[in-house]
Amino acid sequence: MRTAFMQTLIKMAEQDPNLYLIVGDVGFSVIEEFQQKFHQRYINAGVAEQSMIGLAAGLAIAGKNVFVYSIVPFVTMRCFEQIRNDLCYQYLPVKIVGNGGGLDYGSLGATHHAIEDIAIMRSLPHMTVLAPGSSQETRALTQELSHYKGPAYLRLSRSENNIPYRLNAPITIGTSIIIIPHDTCLLVTTGNTLDLGYDICKSLKEESIALGLVSVPTIKPLNLSWLSNNVATLFTLEEHNTHGGFGEAIGAYLAQSFDKKIFFKSFAIEDKYCHEAGKSEFLRNKVSLNRTSIIHQIKNYLSLEKK
Amino acid sequence: MVAETQPQLTLKHDLHQYLSLKSSIIRNYIIDMVTAGNSSHMGCALSITDILTVLYHCYIDTDLIKTQSLDRDYVILSKGHAASALYATLATVGLLSQENLTTYYQNGSLLLGHPVRNNALGVEASTGSLGHGLPMAVGLALAAKHDQRKNHTYVIVGDGECQEGTIWESIILATRFQLDNLTIIVDYNNLQGLDRTDDLVPGGFFNKFKGFGCLTLAIDGHNYGDLIKALSLPNVDKTLKVIIAKTSKGRGISFIQDKLEWHYKTFNAEQFNAAKKELSL
Repeated sequence: MRTAFMQTLIKMAEQDPNLYLIVGDVGFSVIEEFQQKFHQRYINAGVAEQSMIGLAAGLAIAGKNVFVYSIVPFVTMRCFEQIRNDLCYQYLPVKIVGNGGGLDYGSLGATHHAIEDIAIMRSLPHMTVLAPGSSQETRALTQELSHYKGPAYLRLSRSENNIPYRLNAPITIGTSIIIIPHDTCLLVTTGNTLDLGYDICKSLKEESIALGLVSVPTIKPLNLSWLSNNVATLFTLEEHNTHGGFGEAIGAYLAQSFDKKIFFKSFAIEDKYCHEAGKSEFLRNKVSLNRTSIIHQIKNYLSLEKK
Repeated sequence: MVAETQPQLTLKHDLHQYLSLKSSIIRNYIIDMVTAGNSSHMGCALSITDILTVLYHCYIDTDLIKTQSLDRDYVILSKGHAASALYATLATVGLLSQENLTTYYQNGSLLLGHPVRNNALGVEASTGSLGHGLPMAVGLALAAKHDQRKNHTYVIVGDGECQEGTIWESIILATRFQLDNLTIIVDYNNLQGLDRTDDLVPGGFFNKFKGFGCLTLAIDGHNYGDLIKALSLPNVDKTLKVIIAKTSKGRGISFIQDKLEWHYKTFNAEQFNAAKKELSL
């Protein structure tokens, strides 16, 4: 996904002489081509994330279009107040790009995991929050961000998960992608859980249980055009803490929609950190994002388990 | 930048009188605003009044601010809590009206207790949380260099503010980028929220900035001659300039000067009248 991001950014930088890339001493084997092609517009701010955001804000005040890239916790949490005051309060076109959404960084430990970023980013007025689920979503949204006039957060994942799907319309900010259509039952994923969601739907299909799949890369502003009146059962899936995440955003909407009678269940990380080493797949199982358990629960909810 | 007062530079006495007059007007505006708004930070505003007076009346071409030209010099008030001094100064160069000033701190006003970026009014950045203005100033100065613009960026930071890590992160960036178009003015009034800055930062700031590679000067921040000399000194050696301006909190009003509580307090009627008398033009 980060390769898809960088390749697109390079294309955009060729067209926009004001496009800058600032990195926080992160991006080995990804940033080199940008650095070579646009030497002056590439800045390694060093290990100084707070000042990196301020620097980006100053460049943006002077008319520059700035992308800031680092690992999620360092580019969202270490410098949260700078994002709030310098970018959101002043409404500046600085795009924060975090790599390693969710448990991507596996064995490196929870200091490098990102399970609170969606919550804190969506709490910021003016902030647009994007979590693409595939490389093609990443390419499209990077292109969108390159001419977006306000602050935005792009949550990338290390995997390039290329779910095979065809697009009927271009992806823009707010677009959701219906991957498996279904009238009444939907599993809705954001970010890097698209592969898991796809896998779950496939497994259920083998048992003749039909479940629709929608990828929603725009978490804020929330666009619910995919939520038709026929939907009766809705599941959300995200690699993020249950508190403040995508599921909670959908849940808040449903709770305030008196005309909707929808059965709703959110699958997310249940308020815990990982204290063990392990690949992200292993860690997902440790934090209640277990594939088998989710399938079991969905079947239960659909009252189909013992059919 | 060419300033309207520059031809008078040779007439030292006249210039001094001119700047004294302007700073008295600014100090009067400040105490009017803070008293009417029942706000705070009066001491912090009065300590940078002479700095702002010299900057805006000798160095900044305010016409370029009015036209919002990218070639304008930028002044960033990193110690945003002294906002009343900035607004008062902007009023003396015609960017704000006296009527604007009367809205300070009131419901619906654009003149908040901490500045909110407003190009039309000449407020270049939103500040308030300490340690944010300098990194933004580094970005502005870097963009100017890349675009080969000749403008200068000035940033005013507090001495207490220099305890923020971002100050030193930004100094590393600014020296690395060789930002000779950036000047930091440290308002060294030696009084912060609760304590003497000297007690919290043993050894002061001069050697620290110097050690980081800045062209560092220590001056009397209420002496116009000192300020002009320091601000006019070219940024040699391709580095940013740091002017440590020794100032006094509450400067200009004898009974509040260098007293901690005037970070917070406002005048009662009697104190207000006494202060007005001391500041009478």
